[in-house]
Amino acid sequence: MSRTPVPELICPAGSLPALKAAVDHGADAVYLGYRDDTNARNFAGLNFDRKAMLEGLRYAQSRQRKVLMAINTFAQPGRVADWQRAVDGAADLGVDAVILADIGLLDYASRRHPELRLHLSVQGSATSYEAVNFAHREFGVRRAVLPRVLTLAQVETVIRNTAVEIEVFGFGSLCVMNEGRCWLSSYATGESPNTVGACSPAKYVKWEKSPGEMSTRLNGILIDRFGDAEPAGYPTLCKGRFEVNGDTYYALEEPTSLNVLEVLPEIAAIGVAAIKVEGRQRSPAYVAQVTRALRAALDELARNPDHFHVKPAWQAELAHVSEGSQVTLGAYNRPWR
Amino acid sequence: MSQGFSIPRFKLPALVASLGARLPQWPHSLALATGLNAAARIGLLPADSLALLEGRSFLVEVLDAGGQARFTYRDGLFRPLWKAPKSPETPDLSFSANLSAFLQLLARQEDPDTLFFSRELSIVGDTELGLVIKNMLDAIELPQLPNLAAFRS
Repeated sequence: MSRTPVPELICPAGSLPALKAAVDHGADAVYLGYRDDTNARNFAGLNFDRKAMLEGLRYAQSRQRKVLMAINTFAQPGRVADWQRAVDGAADLGVDAVILADIGLLDYASRRHPELRLHLSVQGSATSYEAVNFAHREFGVRRAVLPRVLTLAQVETVIRNTAVEIEVFGFGSLCVMNEGRCWLSSYATGESPNTVGACSPAKYVKWEKSPGEMSTRLNGILIDRFGDAEPAGYPTLCKGRFEVNGDTYYALEEPTSLNVLEVLPEIAAIGVAAIKVEGRQRSPAYVAQVTRALRAALDELARNPDHFHVKPAWQAELAHVSEGSQVTLGAYNRPWR
Repeated sequence: MSQGFSIPRFKLPALVASLGARLPQWPHSLALATGLNAAARIGLLPADSLALLEGRSFLVEVLDAGGQARFTYRDGLFRPLWKAPKSPETPDLSFSANLSAFLQLLARQEDPDTLFFSRELSIVGDTELGLVIKNMLDAIELPQLPNLAAFRS
Protein backbone atom coordinates (compact mmCIF):
# COMPACT_ATOMS: atom_id res chain seq x y z
CA MET A 1 0.00 0.00 0.00
CA SER A 2 1.37 3.41 -0.88
CA ARG A 3 1.94 5.85 1.92
CA THR A 4 2.00 9.61 1.62
CA PRO A 5 5.00 11.23 3.26
CA VAL A 6 4.05 12.83 6.58
CA PRO A 7 6.09 15.03 8.93
CA GLU A 8 8.45 13.42 11.42
CA LEU A 9 7.22 13.31 14.99
CA ILE A 10 9.68 14.92 17.42
CA CYS A 11 8.95 14.22 21.10
CA PRO A 12 10.28 15.64 24.37
CA ALA A 13 12.43 13.72 26.84
CA GLY A 14 13.20 15.22 30.23
CA SER A 15 14.28 11.88 31.66
CA LEU A 16 15.30 8.42 30.50
CA PRO A 17 11.84 6.92 31.18
CA ALA A 18 10.29 9.76 29.11
CA LEU A 19 12.73 9.07 26.26
CA LYS A 20 11.82 5.39 26.29
CA ALA A 21 8.11 6.24 26.40
CA ALA A 22 8.55 8.45 23.31
CA VAL A 23 10.47 5.79 21.40
CA ASP A 24 8.10 2.99 22.44
CA HIS A 25 5.03 4.97 21.37
CA GLY A 26 6.28 5.94 17.93
CA ALA A 27 8.39 9.12 18.01
CA ASP A 28 10.71 9.46 15.00
CA ALA A 29 13.09 11.53 17.12
CA VAL A 30 13.43 12.72 20.68
CA TYR A 31 14.98 15.93 21.92
CA LEU A 32 16.75 16.30 25.23
CA GLY A 33 19.26 18.41 27.14
CA TYR A 34 22.03 18.36 29.75
CA ARG A 35 21.34 18.94 33.43
CA ASP A 36 22.43 22.59 33.26
CA ASP A 37 21.59 26.01 31.88
CA THR A 38 22.70 25.23 28.32
CA ASN A 39 19.10 24.23 27.54
CA ALA A 40 15.78 26.02 27.88
CA ARG A 41 14.25 23.48 30.27
CA ASN A 42 16.82 23.84 33.04
CA PHE A 43 14.59 22.67 35.90
CA ALA A 44 15.77 21.16 39.18
CA GLY A 45 16.25 17.41 38.82
CA LEU A 46 15.28 17.33 35.13
CA ASN A 47 17.32 16.25 32.09
CA PHE A 48 20.21 13.92 31.42
CA ASP A 49 23.54 13.28 33.07
CA ARG A 50 26.21 11.57 30.99
CA LYS A 51 25.19 8.05 32.00
CA ALA A 52 21.50 8.61 31.19
CA MET A 53 22.48 10.35 27.94
CA LEU A 54 24.53 7.35 26.79
CA GLU A 55 21.73 4.93 27.63
CA GLY A 56 19.17 7.18 25.94
CA LEU A 57 21.24 7.42 22.76
CA ARG A 58 21.71 3.67 22.71
CA TYR A 59 18.02 3.02 23.28
CA ALA A 60 16.81 5.40 20.55
CA GLN A 61 19.48 4.91 17.92
CA SER A 62 19.42 1.12 18.15
CA ARG A 63 15.74 1.43 17.21
CA GLN A 64 16.55 3.75 14.27
CA ARG A 65 15.18 6.83 16.03
CA LYS A 66 17.08 10.09 16.18
CA VAL A 67 18.31 11.99 19.21
CA LEU A 68 18.45 15.79 18.97
CA MET A 69 20.23 17.71 21.69
CA ALA A 70 18.89 21.12 22.65
CA ILE A 71 21.67 23.59 23.54
CA ASN A 72 19.28 26.42 22.99
CA THR A 73 20.02 29.07 25.60
CA PHE A 74 22.35 32.00 24.98
CA ALA A 75 25.97 31.80 26.16
CA GLN A 76 26.31 34.10 29.16
CA PRO A 77 29.14 36.63 29.62
CA GLY A 78 32.33 35.03 30.91
CA ARG A 79 30.97 31.51 30.44
CA VAL A 80 31.04 31.04 26.67
CA ALA A 81 33.27 27.99 27.10
CA ASP A 82 30.48 26.14 28.96
CA TRP A 83 28.26 26.33 25.88
CA GLN A 84 31.11 25.40 23.54
CA ARG A 85 31.88 22.36 25.72
CA ALA A 86 28.22 21.35 25.53
CA VAL A 87 28.44 21.37 21.71
CA ASP A 88 31.73 19.44 21.77
CA GLY A 89 30.14 16.89 24.10
CA ALA A 90 27.12 16.44 21.84
CA ALA A 91 29.39 15.89 18.84
CA ASP A 92 31.45 13.32 20.79
CA LEU A 93 28.33 11.47 21.92
CA GLY A 94 27.14 11.12 18.33
CA VAL A 95 23.78 12.85 18.57
CA ASP A 96 21.91 13.17 15.27
CA ALA A 97 21.70 16.97 15.53
CA VAL A 98 22.11 19.84 17.95
CA ILE A 99 19.39 22.47 18.33
CA LEU A 100 21.04 25.89 18.77
CA ALA A 101 19.75 29.44 19.12
CA ASP A 102 22.84 31.56 19.83
CA ILE A 103 24.47 32.87 16.64
CA GLY A 104 27.92 32.81 18.22
CA LEU A 105 27.42 29.18 19.15
CA LEU A 106 26.11 28.31 15.66
CA ASP A 107 29.31 29.85 14.28
CA TYR A 108 31.45 27.86 16.72
CA ALA A 109 29.63 24.59 15.98
CA SER A 110 29.80 25.01 12.21
CA ARG A 111 33.56 25.71 12.29
CA ARG A 112 34.60 23.20 14.94
CA HIS A 113 32.27 20.35 13.96
CA PRO A 114 31.50 20.67 10.24
CA GLU A 115 29.95 17.19 10.22
CA LEU A 116 27.51 17.97 13.03
CA ARG A 117 23.95 18.58 11.84
CA LEU A 118 22.61 21.94 13.07
CA HIS A 119 18.99 22.84 13.77
CA LEU A 120 17.95 26.40 14.50
CA SER A 121 16.01 26.41 17.78
CA VAL A 122 12.66 28.13 18.14
CA GLN A 123 14.52 30.34 20.66
CA GLY A 124 16.55 31.64 17.68
CA SER A 125 13.27 33.28 16.67
CA ALA A 126 13.57 33.08 12.90
CA THR A 127 10.14 34.07 11.60
CA SER A 128 11.01 34.82 7.95
CA TYR A 129 12.70 32.92 5.14
CA GLU A 130 15.39 35.60 5.06
CA ALA A 131 16.33 34.73 8.65
CA VAL A 132 16.23 30.99 7.92
CA ASN A 133 18.31 31.39 4.77
CA PHE A 134 20.84 33.51 6.65
CA ALA A 135 21.31 30.68 9.17
CA HIS A 136 21.72 28.25 6.28
CA ARG A 137 24.18 30.39 4.35
CA GLU A 138 26.35 31.37 7.32
CA PHE A 139 26.27 28.21 9.45
CA GLY A 140 24.90 25.45 7.24
CA VAL A 141 21.74 25.05 9.33
CA ARG A 142 19.71 22.14 7.94
CA ARG A 143 16.45 22.62 9.82
CA ALA A 144 14.71 25.54 11.50
CA VAL A 145 12.01 25.37 14.16
CA LEU A 146 9.55 28.21 13.60
CA PRO A 147 8.02 30.24 16.43
CA ARG A 148 4.37 29.50 17.02
CA VAL A 149 3.27 33.03 16.17
CA LEU A 150 3.13 32.29 12.42
CA THR A 151 -0.08 31.45 10.57
CA LEU A 152 -0.14 28.42 8.28
CA ALA A 153 0.02 30.71 5.24
CA GLN A 154 3.15 32.35 6.65
CA VAL A 155 4.73 28.95 7.36
CA GLU A 156 4.03 28.00 3.75
CA THR A 157 5.72 31.17 2.49
CA VAL A 158 8.84 30.32 4.48
CA ILE A 159 8.88 26.74 3.14
CA ARG A 160 8.51 27.91 -0.50
CA ASN A 161 11.49 30.21 -0.19
CA THR A 162 14.07 28.07 1.55
CA ALA A 163 15.94 24.82 1.13
CA VAL A 164 16.08 24.42 4.90
CA GLU A 165 13.74 21.83 6.44
CA ILE A 166 11.00 23.45 8.50
CA GLU A 167 9.78 22.11 11.83
CA VAL A 168 6.70 23.50 13.60
CA PHE A 169 5.04 22.86 16.91
CA GLY A 170 2.27 20.27 16.82
CA PHE A 171 1.21 20.00 20.41
CA GLY A 172 1.94 21.47 23.82
CA SER A 173 1.50 24.26 26.26
CA LEU A 174 1.03 27.57 24.51
CA CYS A 175 2.54 30.89 25.62
CA VAL A 176 2.59 34.27 23.91
CA MET A 177 4.28 32.45 21.00
CA ASN A 178 7.07 35.00 20.73
CA GLU A 179 9.76 32.49 21.59
CA GLY A 180 13.25 33.84 22.05
CA ARG A 181 12.06 37.44 22.20
CA CYS A 182 9.70 37.37 25.18
CA TRP A 183 10.56 39.72 28.06
CA LEU A 184 7.75 38.77 30.44
CA SER A 185 9.72 36.35 32.61
CA SER A 186 12.67 38.76 32.77
CA TYR A 187 10.32 41.58 33.71
CA ALA A 188 8.94 39.64 36.68
CA THR A 189 12.02 37.74 37.85
CA GLY A 190 15.11 39.02 36.04
CA GLU A 191 15.53 35.53 34.54
CA SER A 192 14.31 34.01 31.30
CA PRO A 193 14.65 30.93 29.06
CA ASN A 194 17.38 32.67 27.06
CA THR A 195 19.50 33.50 30.10
CA VAL A 196 18.99 30.79 32.74
CA GLY A 197 17.08 28.16 30.78
CA ALA A 198 13.71 28.55 32.46
CA CYS A 199 10.65 30.74 32.02
CA SER A 200 9.35 31.98 35.38
CA PRO A 201 11.73 29.77 37.41
CA ALA A 202 10.12 27.70 40.17
CA LYS A 203 12.02 29.43 42.97
CA TYR A 204 9.93 32.56 42.28
CA VAL A 205 6.60 30.73 42.27
CA LYS A 206 4.25 30.52 45.25
CA TRP A 207 0.91 28.70 45.31
CA GLU A 208 -1.23 29.94 48.16
CA LYS A 209 -4.23 27.88 49.26
CA SER A 210 -7.09 29.44 51.10
CA PRO A 211 -10.63 28.11 51.60
CA GLY A 212 -12.33 27.90 48.19
CA GLU A 213 -9.46 29.31 46.13
CA MET A 214 -5.80 29.17 45.17
CA SER A 215 -3.60 32.15 44.33
CA THR A 216 -0.45 32.09 42.21
CA ARG A 217 2.36 34.56 42.74
CA LEU A 218 5.47 35.02 40.62
CA ASN A 219 8.16 36.90 42.55
CA GLY A 220 5.37 38.49 44.58
CA ILE A 221 3.25 39.51 41.57
CA LEU A 222 -0.28 38.08 41.78
CA ILE A 223 -0.71 36.14 38.52
CA ASP A 224 -4.08 34.51 39.00
CA ARG A 225 -6.64 33.32 41.51
CA PHE A 226 -8.56 30.10 40.83
CA GLY A 227 -11.79 28.86 42.34
CA ASP A 228 -11.63 25.22 43.47
CA ALA A 229 -13.33 23.94 40.32
CA GLU A 230 -11.45 26.15 37.83
CA PRO A 231 -8.69 24.61 35.71
CA ALA A 232 -5.19 25.98 36.38
CA GLY A 233 -2.20 26.83 34.20
CA TYR A 234 1.51 27.43 34.50
CA PRO A 235 2.50 30.38 36.72
CA THR A 236 3.72 32.71 33.97
CA LEU A 237 2.76 36.32 33.32
CA CYS A 238 1.31 35.45 29.92
CA LYS A 239 -1.20 33.06 31.57
CA GLY A 240 -2.31 35.55 34.20
CA ARG A 241 -5.60 37.34 34.66
CA PHE A 242 -5.21 41.09 34.95
CA GLU A 243 -7.39 44.11 35.41
CA VAL A 244 -7.47 46.10 32.19
CA ASN A 245 -9.80 49.11 31.90
CA GLY A 246 -12.00 47.79 34.69
CA ASP A 247 -12.29 44.20 33.37
CA THR A 248 -10.35 41.30 34.85
CA TYR A 249 -9.47 38.63 32.27
CA TYR A 250 -6.71 36.70 30.51
CA ALA A 251 -5.28 39.80 28.89
CA LEU A 252 -2.35 38.07 27.13
CA GLU A 253 -3.00 34.35 26.64
CA GLU A 254 -5.26 31.82 28.33
CA PRO A 255 -3.90 28.66 29.96
CA THR A 256 -4.24 26.38 26.95
CA SER A 257 -2.35 23.95 24.75
CA LEU A 258 -1.70 24.04 21.02
CA ASN A 259 -3.12 21.06 19.14
CA VAL A 260 -2.75 20.81 15.34
CA LEU A 261 -4.68 17.59 14.69
CA GLU A 262 -7.39 19.41 12.76
CA VAL A 263 -4.92 21.00 10.35
CA LEU A 264 -2.56 18.03 10.05
CA PRO A 265 -3.38 17.44 6.33
CA GLU A 266 -2.58 21.09 5.53
CA ILE A 267 0.64 20.93 7.53
CA ALA A 268 1.74 17.87 5.58
CA ALA A 269 0.61 19.33 2.24
CA ILE A 270 2.67 22.53 2.54
CA GLY A 271 5.78 20.46 3.16
CA VAL A 272 6.48 20.75 6.88
CA ALA A 273 9.35 18.35 7.62
CA ALA A 274 8.60 17.68 11.26
CA ILE A 275 6.18 18.47 14.05
CA LYS A 276 7.41 18.95 17.56
CA VAL A 277 5.71 18.16 20.84
CA GLU A 278 6.40 20.61 23.67
CA GLY A 279 6.94 19.38 27.22
CA ARG A 280 10.36 18.18 28.38
CA GLN A 281 9.25 19.27 31.86
CA ARG A 282 6.43 16.76 31.82
CA SER A 283 6.32 13.15 32.95
CA PRO A 284 6.72 9.88 31.03
CA ALA A 285 2.92 9.44 31.24
CA TYR A 286 2.34 12.65 29.23
CA VAL A 287 4.99 11.75 26.68
CA ALA A 288 3.40 8.34 26.16
CA GLN A 289 -0.13 9.74 25.84
CA VAL A 290 0.74 12.53 23.40
CA THR A 291 3.16 10.47 21.30
CA ARG A 292 0.60 7.68 20.97
CA ALA A 293 -2.19 10.01 19.83
CA LEU A 294 -0.05 11.93 17.31
CA ARG A 295 1.56 8.75 15.94
CA ALA A 296 -1.90 7.29 15.33
CA ALA A 297 -3.00 10.49 13.59
CA LEU A 298 0.12 10.71 11.38
CA ASP A 299 -0.16 7.03 10.42
CA GLU A 300 -3.79 7.53 9.51
CA LEU A 301 -2.85 10.55 7.39
CA ALA A 302 -0.14 8.53 5.62
CA ARG A 303 -2.58 5.72 4.82
CA ASN A 304 -5.55 7.84 3.94
CA PRO A 305 -4.52 11.39 3.01
CA ASP A 306 -7.71 12.26 1.13
CA HIS A 307 -10.15 11.11 3.77
CA PHE A 308 -8.38 12.05 6.98
CA HIS A 309 -10.69 12.49 9.92
CA VAL A 310 -9.65 13.40 13.42
CA LYS A 311 -10.75 10.62 15.74
CA PRO A 312 -12.49 11.75 18.92
CA ALA A 313 -10.26 9.40 20.95
CA TRP A 314 -7.11 11.29 19.85
CA GLN A 315 -8.68 14.64 20.66
CA ALA A 316 -9.86 13.39 24.04
CA GLU A 317 -6.43 12.06 24.93
CA LEU A 318 -4.74 15.33 23.96
CA ALA A 319 -7.33 17.58 25.63
CA HIS A 320 -6.97 15.56 28.82
CA VAL A 321 -3.27 16.40 29.26
CA SER A 322 -3.60 20.03 28.12
CA GLU A 323 -2.87 23.09 30.16
CA GLY A 324 -6.11 24.57 31.48
CA SER A 325 -7.65 21.35 30.11
CA GLN A 326 -8.32 23.03 26.75
CA VAL A 327 -6.70 23.16 23.30
CA THR A 328 -6.44 25.69 20.48
CA LEU A 329 -5.13 25.92 16.92
CA GLY A 330 -3.05 28.86 18.13
CA ALA A 331 -1.87 31.21 15.40
CA TYR A 332 -2.21 28.66 12.62
CA ASN A 333 -5.74 29.75 11.77
CA ARG A 334 -5.63 33.34 12.99
CA PRO A 335 -6.28 36.08 10.47
CA TRP A 336 -3.35 38.28 11.48
CA ARG A 337 -0.39 39.00 9.24
CA MET B 1 0.00 4.49 30.09
CA SER B 2 -0.81 0.80 30.25
CA GLN B 3 -3.19 -0.35 27.60
CA GLY B 4 -4.79 -3.28 29.40
CA PHE B 5 -5.44 -1.91 32.85
CA SER B 6 -6.05 1.56 34.14
CA ILE B 7 -6.85 3.08 37.48
CA PRO B 8 -10.18 4.90 37.26
CA ARG B 9 -10.78 8.27 38.81
CA PHE B 10 -12.74 7.69 42.01
CA LYS B 11 -13.42 9.27 45.37
CA LEU B 12 -13.74 7.34 48.60
CA PRO B 13 -16.95 7.89 50.60
CA ALA B 14 -16.81 10.79 53.05
CA LEU B 15 -17.09 8.36 55.94
CA VAL B 16 -13.63 6.98 55.12
CA ALA B 17 -12.03 10.40 55.52
CA SER B 18 -13.77 11.08 58.80
CA LEU B 19 -12.67 7.71 60.17
CA GLY B 20 -9.19 7.92 58.63
CA ALA B 21 -8.50 11.31 60.16
CA ARG B 22 -9.17 9.87 63.64
CA LEU B 23 -6.64 7.06 63.24
CA PRO B 24 -3.02 7.52 64.28
CA GLN B 25 -1.04 8.96 61.33
CA TRP B 26 2.43 7.71 62.26
CA PRO B 27 2.11 4.36 60.43
CA HIS B 28 1.69 6.20 57.08
CA SER B 29 4.75 8.32 57.76
CA LEU B 30 6.80 5.30 58.78
CA ALA B 31 5.70 3.27 55.75
CA LEU B 32 6.46 6.10 53.30
CA ALA B 33 9.86 6.89 54.83
CA THR B 34 10.79 3.19 54.82
CA GLY B 35 9.80 2.85 51.16
CA LEU B 36 11.77 5.94 50.13
CA ASN B 37 14.83 4.73 52.03
CA ALA B 38 14.61 1.38 50.27
CA ALA B 39 14.48 3.17 46.90
CA ALA B 40 17.46 5.37 47.84
CA ARG B 41 19.48 2.38 49.08
CA ILE B 42 19.25 0.51 45.80
CA GLY B 43 20.33 3.64 43.93
CA LEU B 44 16.98 4.53 42.35
CA LEU B 45 17.15 8.12 43.63
CA PRO B 46 20.01 10.24 42.27
CA ALA B 47 22.38 11.65 44.90
CA ASP B 48 22.40 15.18 43.49
CA SER B 49 18.62 15.42 43.83
CA LEU B 50 18.61 13.86 47.31
CA ALA B 51 21.11 16.46 48.49
CA LEU B 52 18.55 19.17 47.69
CA LEU B 53 16.07 17.60 50.13
CA GLU B 54 18.38 17.80 53.15
CA GLY B 55 16.62 19.14 56.23
CA ARG B 56 13.34 19.90 54.43
CA SER B 57 9.95 18.73 55.69
CA PHE B 58 7.19 17.18 53.60
CA LEU B 59 3.53 16.41 53.97
CA VAL B 60 1.59 13.96 51.79
CA GLU B 61 -2.12 14.19 52.38
CA VAL B 62 -4.63 11.70 50.99
CA LEU B 63 -7.80 13.78 51.19
CA ASP B 64 -10.52 11.17 50.73
CA ALA B 65 -8.78 8.65 52.99
CA GLY B 66 -8.16 11.18 55.75
CA GLY B 67 -4.53 10.05 55.96
CA GLN B 68 -1.38 12.12 56.27
CA ALA B 69 2.29 11.30 56.15
CA ARG B 70 4.91 13.73 57.40
CA PHE B 71 8.59 13.11 56.86
CA THR B 72 11.93 14.77 56.39
CA TYR B 73 15.28 13.87 54.83
CA ARG B 74 18.32 14.22 57.06
CA ASP B 75 21.85 12.78 56.99
CA GLY B 76 21.09 10.46 54.09
CA LEU B 77 17.82 9.02 55.41
CA PHE B 78 14.12 9.74 55.07
CA ARG B 79 12.70 10.02 58.59
CA PRO B 80 9.09 10.12 59.70
CA LEU B 81 8.04 13.25 61.58
CA TRP B 82 5.98 12.49 64.68
CA LYS B 83 3.65 15.43 64.64
CA ALA B 84 -0.03 15.42 65.41
CA PRO B 85 -2.13 15.83 62.23
CA LYS B 86 -3.32 19.24 63.32
CA SER B 87 0.18 20.42 64.08
CA PRO B 88 0.52 24.12 63.30
CA GLU B 89 4.03 23.72 61.93
CA THR B 90 3.93 24.28 58.15
CA PRO B 91 5.91 21.80 56.09
CA ASP B 92 8.25 23.08 53.37
CA LEU B 93 6.17 21.24 50.80
CA SER B 94 2.70 19.66 50.83
CA PHE B 95 1.08 17.40 48.26
CA SER B 96 -2.63 16.76 48.61
CA ALA B 97 -4.94 14.73 46.39
CA ASN B 98 -7.49 11.93 46.54
CA LEU B 99 -6.29 8.35 46.65
CA SER B 100 -7.08 7.68 42.97
CA ALA B 101 -4.86 10.57 41.84
CA PHE B 102 -1.92 9.33 43.93
CA LEU B 103 -2.39 5.81 42.55
CA GLN B 104 -2.51 7.15 38.98
CA LEU B 105 0.73 9.07 39.61
CA LEU B 106 2.49 6.07 41.11
CA ALA B 107 1.42 3.86 38.20
CA ARG B 108 2.68 6.52 35.75
CA GLN B 109 -0.77 6.60 34.28
CA GLU B 110 -1.12 10.35 34.73
CA ASP B 111 1.30 13.24 34.62
CA PRO B 112 1.38 15.47 37.73
CA ASP B 113 0.98 18.62 35.61
CA THR B 114 -2.21 17.14 34.12
CA LEU B 115 -3.59 16.49 37.61
CA PHE B 116 -2.46 19.93 38.69
CA PHE B 117 -4.16 21.68 35.73
CA SER B 118 -7.40 19.82 36.47
CA ARG B 119 -7.04 20.70 40.17
CA GLU B 120 -6.92 17.07 41.29
CA LEU B 121 -3.45 17.52 42.79
CA SER B 122 -2.51 20.46 44.93
CA ILE B 123 1.05 21.51 45.73
CA VAL B 124 1.69 24.14 48.37
CA GLY B 125 5.01 25.45 49.66
CA ASP B 126 8.44 25.52 48.02
CA THR B 127 7.66 25.05 44.32
CA GLU B 128 11.25 24.31 43.34
CA LEU B 129 11.42 21.58 45.96
CA GLY B 130 8.27 20.15 44.41
CA LEU B 131 9.99 20.05 41.01
CA VAL B 132 13.02 18.28 42.48
CA ILE B 133 10.77 15.55 43.90
CA LYS B 134 8.63 15.23 40.78
CA ASN B 135 11.64 15.00 38.50
CA MET B 136 13.43 12.59 40.85
CA LEU B 137 10.45 10.23 40.80
CA ASP B 138 10.02 10.61 37.01
CA ALA B 139 13.63 9.62 36.40
CA ILE B 140 13.31 6.30 38.22
CA GLU B 141 13.51 3.39 35.83
CA LEU B 142 10.69 1.11 36.87
CA PRO B 143 11.06 -2.61 36.23
CA GLN B 144 9.07 -3.72 33.21
CA LEU B 145 5.63 -4.79 34.33
CA PRO B 146 4.02 -7.76 32.64
CA ASN B 147 1.51 -6.82 29.98
CA LEU B 148 -1.75 -7.26 31.85
CA ALA B 149 -3.74 -7.24 28.61
CA ALA B 150 -2.05 -10.47 27.65
CA PHE B 151 -3.65 -12.24 30.59
CA ARG B 152 -7.13 -11.20 29.61
CA SER B 153 -7.70 -13.18 26.45
